[in-house]
Amino acid sequence: MTRVIIRFWLAAACIWPVQAGAGDGKTFITVASTTSTQNSGFFAYILPLFRKNTGIEVRVVAVGTGQALRLARRGDADVLFVHHGPSEEKFVAAGFGVKRHDVMVNDFVIVGPGDDPAGIGGMTDAAKAARRIAAAPAPFVSRGDDSGTHKKEQELWRAAGIDAQAASGTWYRETGSGMGATLNTAAAMRAYTLTDRGTWLGFKNKAGMRVLSEGGRRLLNPYGVILVNPARHPYVKAKLGKIFIDWLISAEGQAAIASFRIGGRRAYRPNAATAGATRPAP
Amino acid sequence: MPEFGAAFAEALSLVIRLDRDLAEIVWLSLEVSLAAVFLATLIGMPLGAAVALFHFPGRKAVIVGVNALMGLPPVVVGLIVYLSLSRAGPFGVFGMLFTPAALIAAQVLLVFPIIAALTRQVVEDLWAEYSDQLRSFGAGPGRALTALLWDGRFTLLTAVLAGFGRASAEVGAVMIVGGNIDHVTRVMTTAIALEVRKGDLALALGLGVILMALSLIVNGAAFLIKDTVETRYG
Amino acid sequence: MGEGSSILPLELDNVSFEAGGKRLIKGLSHTFERALRTVIIGPNGAGKSLLLRLCHGLIGASAGRIVWHGAGGRDPAPYQGMVFQRPIMLRRSVAANVDYALALRGIRRRQRPVLVDEALVHTGLKRFARQPARLLSFGEQQKLALARVWALKPQVLFLDEPTASLDPTATHTVEEIIAAFHAAGTRIVLTTHDLGQARRLADEVLFLHRGRLLEKAPAARFFAKPANDLAEAFIRGELLWWRRGIDRREKPAGEKAID
Repeated sequence: MTRVIIRFWLAAACIWPVQAGAGDGKTFITVASTTSTQNSGFFAYILPLFRKNTGIEVRVVAVGTGQALRLARRGDADVLFVHHGPSEEKFVAAGFGVKRHDVMVNDFVIVGPGDDPAGIGGMTDAAKAARRIAAAPAPFVSRGDDSGTHKKEQELWRAAGIDAQAASGTWYRETGSGMGATLNTAAAMRAYTLTDRGTWLGFKNKAGMRVLSEGGRRLLNPYGVILVNPARHPYVKAKLGKIFIDWLISAEGQAAIASFRIGGRRAYRPNAATAGATRPAP
Repeated sequence: MPEFGAAFAEALSLVIRLDRDLAEIVWLSLEVSLAAVFLATLIGMPLGAAVALFHFPGRKAVIVGVNALMGLPPVVVGLIVYLSLSRAGPFGVFGMLFTPAALIAAQVLLVFPIIAALTRQVVEDLWAEYSDQLRSFGAGPGRALTALLWDGRFTLLTAVLAGFGRASAEVGAVMIVGGNIDHVTRVMTTAIALEVRKGDLALALGLGVILMALSLIVNGAAFLIKDTVETRYG
Repeated sequence: MGEGSSILPLELDNVSFEAGGKRLIKGLSHTFERALRTVIIGPNGAGKSLLLRLCHGLIGASAGRIVWHGAGGRDPAPYQGMVFQRPIMLRRSVAANVDYALALRGIRRRQRPVLVDEALVHTGLKRFARQPARLLSFGEQQKLALARVWALKPQVLFLDEPTASLDPTATHTVEEIIAAFHAAGTRIVLTTHDLGQARRLADEVLFLHRGRLLEKAPAARFFAKPANDLAEAFIRGELLWWRRGIDRREKPAGEKAID
């Protein structure tokens, strides 16, 4: 009798890993996106709305923009949703994506210690602020991870005419981490850093840091959504992915985006163009 | 340190509320790690025993290799599994990436060297002690294998628990191959990492407390079982 | 004892054993005939254990032949049993240990409980049947080793210093069980460094020193007056400590005798 029991449990134990690992077979798409949209809580808000509408589950793999692009290039995702225009254009041009659509825009802000040692408080020209930080020099934490935020930060240094790389290890610290980890580091080091407003609003460890430089053309942060090219990767769920994209840029989707609030403030401004893949007017 | 107080408060409130998200994450973590340990034992234990008992050319290299694999960084394993399961990779057709199956695969790779290496040591020592008598009964290493594994069961159980510990504490590999997708591949460790990234340190620490409590429960249960069986069967 | 015809006699023809560059058994020749109890004695390191292992087949000879003349093509191993100085018990119950030995021999599951029971009763261990074997005292474990071998009904039983670690009472019990084996027809080959035990149990004595068989004789004659001086010194209780083994009758060329 004991033998029968043992055999039964062994058989059950063998089957269990299979069912644990098996996918659910539900309709779903995989979206490669960035940590900023995940950290701000945007996806947690908007995806249930989409699902209620269409019954399609959206699985978001939230990594840095650079990694998201690579994921999509390998065909491991169906849709790409990131925030670095030049990379997105290149992605489409190389044939990995079908078309880039504007979805929403928010802005970056430079945050820093409450006492603002570099004196950039209130400046709207981000390049000038960057120059002041380098001149002080005040500690600055960079994501250093090839993300959209990181690429934007590098643009600022270029515009300011500063070679921040050369100072890496001194006042310029590269963490190679996501936005949250970088903010934690900046808070602990009492340093400046560049962050998207969405993540900042949702960040719970502000520890005396505050927004010091905002507004301004250079700090705009546009998001684009692209369908991964099924011609390149035949198993991409093109039909479902297209439904998702169409919903995002539709009036309903745009309204949903506009209704997402963090701490009472609207986090992202919807800006889907009716046609074409142009960057929004500043 | 206010964080610790806040952490325990958070942890407690989550557990008391029977927070559904938390329950889902805990259940998935257990499922994945237990399944991984089970498969790793299935692979690693006979492998370790075979290496202990049979002398084949290159045996020493295999022993050193398996021992070295114990120290493989989880994030490297994650990368290897990701590249293998990626659509562009050799096993892409199975579509396992970003599913719990990928998590189990990565954890199996991390855990089986521990179980294999420890099994090898246990079986080797036991065979050194038993071989004369067992061979006198006409049992060669092959026939003695199961008897040796059974005899070493208490030490081997510790090896399995060590494997479970490594599997459930791991975050690097499961993050890469699972994508930390909400409701699909979010386990305790990746959830903690996410909350840290979002800056909610108290919640992260609270989840950490729960994870440690789970580990305590599993190990406590194993110890009780071992103790009862040991006193009964010696 | 044992199924089928006897595998004895066992002949060792000029057998040598080498390990680690040293010759540990040198040119040993002897024939074990049936129905005798042979006791092998000699100082520690003489090679008594090695000799038993060679006979039982646990190790192979480096030179010479070991032949079971009665085997006639059959594998002689299943007809033998061996008990070691330290009893090796598996981590399971007393009964399960005996059962395991039977299982290894290929006895079917249905038949085993009866045989296990008989072996335990015969050695007085029945009341311990369900207890963990490792929790028994040393003497009881050694009885269990004997019970285990009893269940296999061997034609030849090798015992390597079976009572070396036991107290007198346990020793007595073990010797009784050995006597029972012999009464049932099992050929006994035993090593010991307990001369009293040798006197009690032997029909035939083999004296080993430094890997050489220096004397073999019927027990009565051996203990009355051994032919070999070293054997005589050994019986007297002397410590045979000097380096080169000198036998007055076979002096290695160029060696001086020690007086």
